[in-house]
Amino acid sequence: MTTDQILVSLLLAVPLAGFGLTALLGRRLHTRAWIIAVPGLVLTWAIGMYVVYQTLFVHAFGEEGLHFTLYSWVPAGSFNIDFNLAVDSLTAVLLIVVTTVGMLVHVYSIGYMAQDPGRWRFFAYLNLFMFSMLLLVLADNFMLLFAAWELVGLCSYLLIGFWYKRNSAALAAKKAFIVNRVGDFGFALGIAAVWTTVGTLNFSTTEAAGPGAFELLPAALHAGQIAPWMMTGIVLLLFMGAMGKSAQFPLHVWLPDAMEGPTPVSALIHAATMVNAGVYFVARANPLFVEAPQAMAFVAAIGIFTAILAASIAFTQRDIKRVLAYSTLSQLGYMFAGLGVGAFASAIFHLMTHGFFKGLLFLGSGSVIHAVHEEQDMNRMGGLWRKIPITHATMLIGSIAIAGIPPLAGFFSKDEILGSAFKNGFMWVWAIGVVVAVMTGFYMFRLMGKTFYGESHVDPQVAPKVHESPWSMTLPLILLAIAAASLGVVLGWPIEGGLIHQWLGPIFEHASETLGLHEAPFEFAGIDGTLLIIGAAAGALGVAFGIWFFGLFGMRERRVTVERLANSMRWLYRASFAKWWFDELNDFIFVRFGGWVARALWWFDVRVVDGTVNGIAALTQGTGRGIRQIQTGRVQNYALGIAAGLLVIAITYIFVGAR
Amino acid sequence: MSHSLDAYLVLSALLFGIGTFGFLARRNAIAMLMSIELMLNAVNLAAVAFGAFTPELQAHAALIALLVMAVAAAEATVGLAIVIAIYRNRRTPLVDEYSSMRE
Repeated sequence: MTTDQILVSLLLAVPLAGFGLTALLGRRLHTRAWIIAVPGLVLTWAIGMYVVYQTLFVHAFGEEGLHFTLYSWVPAGSFNIDFNLAVDSLTAVLLIVVTTVGMLVHVYSIGYMAQDPGRWRFFAYLNLFMFSMLLLVLADNFMLLFAAWELVGLCSYLLIGFWYKRNSAALAAKKAFIVNRVGDFGFALGIAAVWTTVGTLNFSTTEAAGPGAFELLPAALHAGQIAPWMMTGIVLLLFMGAMGKSAQFPLHVWLPDAMEGPTPVSALIHAATMVNAGVYFVARANPLFVEAPQAMAFVAAIGIFTAILAASIAFTQRDIKRVLAYSTLSQLGYMFAGLGVGAFASAIFHLMTHGFFKGLLFLGSGSVIHAVHEEQDMNRMGGLWRKIPITHATMLIGSIAIAGIPPLAGFFSKDEILGSAFKNGFMWVWAIGVVVAVMTGFYMFRLMGKTFYGESHVDPQVAPKVHESPWSMTLPLILLAIAAASLGVVLGWPIEGGLIHQWLGPIFEHASETLGLHEAPFEFAGIDGTLLIIGAAAGALGVAFGIWFFGLFGMRERRVTVERLANSMRWLYRASFAKWWFDELNDFIFVRFGGWVARALWWFDVRVVDGTVNGIAALTQGTGRGIRQIQTGRVQNYALGIAAGLLVIAITYIFVGAR
Repeated sequence: MSHSLDAYLVLSALLFGIGTFGFLARRNAIAMLMSIELMLNAVNLAAVAFGAFTPELQAHAALIALLVMAVAAAEATVGLAIVIAIYRNRRTPLVDEYSSMRE
């Protein structure tokens, strides 16, 4: 093994060892349960950064990337699956997000979980999650990716239900797990379809293992071995998995409830990394998706619909974390819209910037919740900006970034997606996307206004004790804020020609050619500049509305106006507040109607199927019970029987046999 | 002494009928065994009578009678042994008290 291969393997081994050691020894470490997990993660981050540096800056692995096999995982005759890993520039970009946000969340958790008796469990799970997520981005075949996919799902389940004594947390964990099963059902079928079609589950073509599925499937399509509808079917089945993991409509219902978990978990798993797995997978499988144009349009439609649906719900939620959860859904929708219109690099760019600024916003909300003594209702916050200045400043940066105000990160990535949608001929995606941009600015500044500005609605008993969080929590906030502020310019400038496009361009070049997208040079004076200005103006408009209604710094909120507005659109307000009744719809379809169907089938099983079997048994038993009466146990009864029998035989002989 | 086969056969049937009735009607195990002896001897009588009146059966008839006697002796031995064994356990010779073989 070369040094690079050992380092990539260590990327998996260190968090796994951290998990094992923390799980075994953590309970004895008491308040210092983090002492193995967090330094381990810092080490992982350092290794990750070195691998990223080798991949993206030194180009040590060339355009193809580093592919190697650790061992043969499933050797079963002709069905052979290797434990093979790959590092290319797409993986490297994901590594930046996963290791950096992961490391900062670990540091933050030292402070956040300091008072919790289950902290050793928390750090063990968190390290297991990091292992799983890194395996997910490093995996080079469908089966390994699927295993990692399920592992992150398991960690998500364990961490949502971390406070399992609270019934709502236990229910939310189960909900997340079950909704994900629906998506994974399609994903598993898709993988099976890939196997039966091309006989390999490897992603990429390597010298050792021969051609991979990403080469063989399009080749089979072009050679006419499989029909186009089969390709579309396979791709849509695989996309079902992505819809579950990335919480896209109609499988979006689990993510808001997942906020029952501790806030660092919400930041790491349910904002910055795991929920991006679906986006990553679609980008990874781009050679398959581009061969199915209908599937691409479907991806775009699901994405942009989720974006506007979630944004409309975020308008009225009162729980600070739920607003952020719906915002995450909305931003993930943007990413899928970007993937669907063929702007793969821009979607991954948005994944990256979103990972940083949404991680920041969640960690900030955790700091706020901590400051006001575990209160999450924004109606009981307000006026906090003087009391927790660092949290406020960093969250303000995050909000501006997500709203898409230049020159912060969100502006670059979001406007690239919108611009690509417009130029690739998806006008409807662009139009809805601009509306969502306005909505994003509005709900983010509603959140800021209700939390930090205006009058204080904090519980009077808690208000004097509101304090800034310890350094282990504020330091990650500051670092993430720097990233959220600068990442856009660093990676995205000049627009559509920035560093991120230099990194990811070669990977998606083939996809762009297949889709027939022509690379027109970017021009400020022409269409691109106009689109940019519209995008930025949309964000600014939303922010302006938000500030007008909910205040900024000393500016007072217009509570009366807000209430009057809500009353004038009461139906819409209630629809948004009730999340468009999706939970009720699911309850009706699956719990009530499904329960009714199940009961009907149960009746059939008990009455008809079991009834037949039991009937036969009862008949036999009854006959036996009747016949049993003649067994009296008296010798003379039997003798009489014998005598009677003899008599019958004799008489028969005389009258019949004698003839 | 009559020289009619029918007379012997009527006597034999009479004895067999008495034996059958005794076997079916008496509740005492010993008496039932005695009834069995009666039936066997009725059969013996019939066999010997056939032998006496039909010359070509003569040798066989005596043989059958001797065989039945041997079997009857063996049967009486085993039967009495069983009855005594049951009597020791149950303290009664009455067969309708032996109800453990009921359903």
